[in-house]
Amino acid sequence: MAKPLEQFEIKTLVDIPVGGLDASFTNASVFMVIAVAAITLFLTLGMRQRALVPGRWQSLAELSYQFVAQLVRENVGAEGRQYFPFIFTLFMFILFSNMIGLIPYAFTVTSHIIVTFALALVVFLGVTLVALIKHRLRFFSFFMPPGVPLYMAPLLVPIEIISYLARPVTLGLRLFANMMAGHTMLKVFAGFIVVLGIGGIAPIAAIVLLYGLEVIVAVLQAYVFIILTCLYLHDALHLH
Amino acid sequence: MVPPVFAVATAPDGRFDAIPMDEGNHPPSLEDLDARLRKARGKAHPANAAEGEGVPAGGWGQAMRVGLELVSGLAVGVGIGWLLDEWLGTRPWLMVVFFFLGAGAGMLNVYRSVSNLGYGVGYGGAQAGDDTEDAEKETDDGKP
Repeated sequence: MAKPLEQFEIKTLVDIPVGGLDASFTNASVFMVIAVAAITLFLTLGMRQRALVPGRWQSLAELSYQFVAQLVRENVGAEGRQYFPFIFTLFMFILFSNMIGLIPYAFTVTSHIIVTFALALVVFLGVTLVALIKHRLRFFSFFMPPGVPLYMAPLLVPIEIISYLARPVTLGLRLFANMMAGHTMLKVFAGFIVVLGIGGIAPIAAIVLLYGLEVIVAVLQAYVFIILTCLYLHDALHLH
Repeated sequence: MVPPVFAVATAPDGRFDAIPMDEGNHPPSLEDLDARLRKARGKAHPANAAEGEGVPAGGWGQAMRVGLELVSGLAVGVGIGWLLDEWLGTRPWLMVVFFFLGAGAGMLNVYRSVSNLGYGVGYGGAQAGDDTEDAEKETDDGKP
């Protein structure tokens, strides 16, 4: 029977030791490069015609742009415009990694917690830096909710700080858990097909449904990641 | 809204084209198209703004989010306690303290995420535009 977790194995393709670190080019790296290349091709080739009335491909490219632009406008506000390139890049990378992972035999980059956690950490550090640069020391008033009596501060401030530090953990964990759970489930059901022989039709039907669900999850999780980034950015820009 | 009226005309080469009736046979000008687009966008926007906020919450998604929120708060608390213990050499004590603080933070995050108080610390989302004076927690509880 096929091992459901085998698909997450990292295989080193080119060994690149940097000092004492292992910076090898792995199958995960390959699929990240593929995702970036696919995004670049999708957007540049899609927009090559620059038609006033867009064709199918150009519509898709414009749709993804407008979708993220509207999210940023609604959730961050006008000041969010300068962060749009970052948020759009993040959205496209997560979306394409999720989607490419759904192709049979492909590797799902976002099913590894180190990848999602690194993305979340970049967002977290970036947002914190933005808040620090914009509000300087006033940023730390963030950890003291307004209207709270002073004697509660020793209890509340640590809780607020932990709650703030939990953000990247939730952000990274959510994407990772969704992708890994979905792909493991697909593989487990796929294993049943071979074992059950003629009765394998039932798991095939289940897989068709699950696969549809996974497509939704792939898009939804990219969306959730982005909308949370927008909300954090909004908090950082406006504090309270 | 009145549905646009179209006439199906047969072009000389035999294809069918939908041509707006009031425009004659020439295609609409770009300025006209632009004005119509702007009008349509202006109409679409308020409706979108109302429903486009927040993360879509199905039952499963909501449960997952709440669980994750709780666990990550706890994990971060315990992690901080463990690191501080390691650093200060006070083996179990700070971890115990931060376990409870982490649990508190996790519950706070859950409370905020289910009552749509925004995702961040500091109640920023809940009181956009409010005064800081009357912003006690009790007043927020009753809000839908």
